[in-house]
Amino acid sequence: MLFAIFINGLLYGGTYALLAVGFALVFGVAKIVNMAHTGFYMMSAYLIFIGVSILGYPLIVAALLTVVGAGLIGVIAYRLFLDRIKEHETAVMIVSVGLALLIQELLLLFFGGHYKAIPPFIHGFITISNQQVSYQSLLAIVVSAVALLVVWFLLSKTMLGIAIRAAAEDREAASLMGFNVGRISMIIMGISVVLAAVASSVAASIFTIFPTMWLHPLVIVLAAVILGGLGSIKGSVIGALILGFAESIVVLTVPKGGYLGGVVSLCIMIVILMIRPEGLFGISFEEERL
Amino acid sequence: MINYFRLWYRYFQVEVLSIPSRVIALIFFIVIGALPFFTQSPQVLRILILAGIYAIYAVSWDLLAGHTGQISLGHGLFFAVTGYIAALLNLHLGFGPWLTIPIGALCAVVVGLIVGIPALRLRGFYLALVTLAFPIILTGIIFIYPDFTGGELGLFGISRLSPSRLTDTYIVYVVMLVSVFIMYKLTDATSKFVRTGLVFQAIREDEISARKSGINTVRYKLLAYSVSAFFAGIAGGMYAHFLKIMGPSTLELTFSFQAVLWAIFGGMGTIYGAVVGVYTLFPFMEVLRFFPLGDEIRGVLFASVLIIILLFMPEGIGVWIRDKIEITCPRCKEINIARRKRCRICNAQLRLDDQSS
Repeated sequence: MLFAIFINGLLYGGTYALLAVGFALVFGVAKIVNMAHTGFYMMSAYLIFIGVSILGYPLIVAALLTVVGAGLIGVIAYRLFLDRIKEHETAVMIVSVGLALLIQELLLLFFGGHYKAIPPFIHGFITISNQQVSYQSLLAIVVSAVALLVVWFLLSKTMLGIAIRAAAEDREAASLMGFNVGRISMIIMGISVVLAAVASSVAASIFTIFPTMWLHPLVIVLAAVILGGLGSIKGSVIGALILGFAESIVVLTVPKGGYLGGVVSLCIMIVILMIRPEGLFGISFEEERL
Repeated sequence: MINYFRLWYRYFQVEVLSIPSRVIALIFFIVIGALPFFTQSPQVLRILILAGIYAIYAVSWDLLAGHTGQISLGHGLFFAVTGYIAALLNLHLGFGPWLTIPIGALCAVVVGLIVGIPALRLRGFYLALVTLAFPIILTGIIFIYPDFTGGELGLFGISRLSPSRLTDTYIVYVVMLVSVFIMYKLTDATSKFVRTGLVFQAIREDEISARKSGINTVRYKLLAYSVSAFFAGIAGGMYAHFLKIMGPSTLELTFSFQAVLWAIFGGMGTIYGAVVGVYTLFPFMEVLRFFPLGDEIRGVLFASVLIIILLFMPEGIGVWIRDKIEITCPRCKEINIARRKRCRICNAQLRLDDQSS
């Protein structure tokens, strides 16, 4: 039991962490609350489904094409819709909700509301201390960890990472130092959608896919990002892991836990925000004055 | 007596007839009120009733988020709480809608205060995302106790709002007019009688300055929560009694987003914007059902229209239209028709770049 909780927690936590990091990056650099983020996650799952079941590509090819394609779609969506009205914060948020709804409705139109499944990369399972753990879950955990490490490397060791962190810290100063903040925002949008696509390519075969599957991860991702503190990448990873483990504990131990997975996560978020209003790793700031 | 009427007419002429947006609002409300005289088809009345209910709901969101700046992404909570309480009171105790809706709305006020108290410590996106959590928590509670709350299927067999659909229409119409008018007056920053409008805007713009000016911002924020929850509750109660079924669909994220979509589509921070948003988007969506293929593509069309309108009018469609037909006098702050060159009150030049006068 304990082991199953541990594996499931890592699985949920890793997937949510990939999504939360992408969301936090876009919020930090481009200052956009991108509600369509999990919409892109859902879109990637469907792209893989199209590649595998309709076009008949091998799964690995479909997944790679999806990661590239989703990144491009993310950048195009950013250029076409979000970039133009950046100054109007609420309008951007609503446009991103509109984007997510558009993705959802297009999928409903073409695929209907039925549950769909993607085949796993590796079949079979391994038995560890009387628990069956599918290879796919292990793969998903490993891929999430590797992707997070790559993001960490990108942010801390490369020139692009320095540019991203500079733009996140102070847009105007970064702009004055010669960084092209507009282009950095575009790149970061691409990276965040690529992360969502990676998450969906490894996790979507474990979960079922359907046109409203973006709502639950969206809630958890928002909760994780807020829990960790807006603007802190480390915080959002830890927030996602906490919520992933909480969800896994509730789902596996409490009767009717399936209904309660999201509820408990949100209660944890509210309690932590009551204690620390700026989140676990958020910078404690006096009210920002403009 | 005649003099008195003349005075009122004069007042009406200055305050309504010479301001185009108010004339449009007046004509609009008269048309909505008179529509049942021309057609009584159940579909049209249904659209009118639901649009009225949603108008109250969207306006109550606008009061809280647009005017006070307390962005709430879980506004469906207040709507659903009243709906459920009205339904339970009606089913178990047999109370009529005249009793259940006010009681439910008062319960929504209590819930509003419960949500509002944690909200006092948070602001901005933190607040928005915490409010988003509450309806989802309530959904979980409803699903755990399906015997009492109806679970996923919801509660049905609630008694009707009134005997016929026509009277339903007028009840909703009158309640909508009164609620929107009250909320409009409460948020009117230029009002000489209530200062809530000014205080709400001060809190939205700069809370610390407001507190520095001696305003008890805690009290006013909680007041905004209670008023908003009360009216959202009224809407929710009427919704339950009109549809005669109350399910957890109103607690979903998408329903809470609806209020935000309507209000921002019409123009945030202006009460009329929310009304404009509801009365353009909602009937548009419903009418699409009657066309062939309309039912399948209405979701896609809704999202596309939303995105396109906001790309070109990020302030909202209501504000965009207002800016086309009205101009505010720079000297005396009175509203004028946009084609005037000089202010109708103080004769000041309205546009500085206008060389012709």
